[in-house]
Amino acid sequence: MPQYAALIYNADVDWTRPEFADVTKEYGEFGQAAAAVIRGGAALYQTGTATTVRVQGGKGGDVVATDGPYAETKEALTGFYLFECADLDEAVKWAAQIPGAWDGAVEVRPVIDFGSQGG
Amino acid sequence: MTDGPARAALVRLVRDEGRRVLATLVRQLGDLPLAEDAVQDAALRALETWPRDGVPEQPRAWLTLTARRRAIDLLRRESVRPGKEALAVVPEDPPPPETVRDDLLRLIFVCCHPALAHQTQVALALRTLCGLSVAEVGQALLVPEETMAKRLTRARQKIAKAAIPYRVPDDHELPDRLRGVLATVYLLFTEGYDPVGEVRPTLVDEAVRLTRLLRELMPGEPSVLGLLALELLTDSRREARRDAAGLPVLLADQDRSRWRRDLIAEGVLLVGEGLRRSPDRPDPYVVQAAIAACHALAPTWAATDWQAVVSWYDVLLQVEDTPVVRLNRAAALAERDGPAAGLLAVDAVAGLERYPLRHAARAELLDRLGDHAAARAAYDAALALPQDPAQAAQLRRRRDRVTGPTGG
Repeated sequence: MPQYAALIYNADVDWTRPEFADVTKEYGEFGQAAAAVIRGGAALYQTGTATTVRVQGGKGGDVVATDGPYAETKEALTGFYLFECADLDEAVKWAAQIPGAWDGAVEVRPVIDFGSQGG
Repeated sequence: MTDGPARAALVRLVRDEGRRVLATLVRQLGDLPLAEDAVQDAALRALETWPRDGVPEQPRAWLTLTARRRAIDLLRRESVRPGKEALAVVPEDPPPPETVRDDLLRLIFVCCHPALAHQTQVALALRTLCGLSVAEVGQALLVPEETMAKRLTRARQKIAKAAIPYRVPDDHELPDRLRGVLATVYLLFTEGYDPVGEVRPTLVDEAVRLTRLLRELMPGEPSVLGLLALELLTDSRREARRDAAGLPVLLADQDRSRWRRDLIAEGVLLVGEGLRRSPDRPDPYVVQAAIAACHALAPTWAATDWQAVVSWYDVLLQVEDTPVVRLNRAAALAERDGPAAGLLAVDAVAGLERYPLRHAARAELLDRLGDHAAARAAYDAALALPQDPAQAAQLRRRRDRVTGPTGG
């Protein structure tokens, strides 16, 4: 069966704040309703926590990590990976090895772990 | 003790010790904002009680204990905050010096992490490493307090959520990361010491203090020695850089009796040590400091050892080849070999058509060669480019002098 990525575009907010409890509840309901088709997914922290990784000069070149999200419109979203790493340095190291970072950019954004949020 | 040197010394002591206490508490709690709140509160209490009751025998132990208690209070109030369990095992006594040294380095590398924007790093350095209040950081960087508070909050959130690691980089990545730290500290320095803008002493002094701290933490590191030397030699001219009207005075025209001899002596020694410790490939900061030292040691502009200055620029070009370095080398060459040779060298530098000082350098040399019309045109070209108003005022003054006082 074909697989599809459902990429969510919304206001740039911190989903862990109490005022979004209703929305996260609705996401929970969606998660249950769509359990049969969901293979994975994650809520992301705000774009303020993002780091954009580029490799200058292509494969093996200098890794340049800059503060903030990918903000240009020249390139299109072409894929994603979900990493589990010790810290941002490790995530950036792996991101720089994605071929897309050699001639484009890879935005690295932390995933919200609602389990350890304490509510 | 309300004001004056005694108060300043007390503030300094609280900030220096507070920074050490903070660095350790961040490691123990794993929570930068919480540790900062706790240490800030302890610092305020110290400034309140020490003048009345006297400075405790062990100021750091006092601050550690007070900050720890404050952190416990804050954690009780917000039961969901992480770090609660960590605090249960936080020892009450200050850790040994080696641990404090490592904690400080870790904190410095967090604040100067490349995944944070440069301006954010500078703000964090002032707030977290130098212990300035948010209002003071805003004032120093000419940003409204509210904007600065938001920027710092966002930075702390990124550090926490994106898990920017609280550690000293491994050996293989250390040189690169240290370059980043030094670039941030030097940015702090140059923000305060813009060659033409007004001096902002807070930024300059805090940058020098941070560099001294880095030297303490990484003794013998050539780039740190070089940066400290460069800052001290530059800062030695602070009083001579402006005239009575507040306009910038060129190095050539400065009253050298107003240069700080103590800073020059220290800077020159540091250059020597930096060179001895990087014999194979001189560090760019050390070389820039060596050039500053040539100027600092010359009794007059005319008596400057231009051969030495040009040679140092040749060395600098080998480790840092930029158009601005090439332009500065051309200016030194003009002093050594005369304005005609200098003009050829300036014209050979590509990529600075939008850089006002390139046109100003041409103007100066054309004037010396007697081509006043071309000199004025070159000054006009410089003035047509966007730049700092104080620099523009100085360039206009130089342009108006081209035909002599009676011309016009």
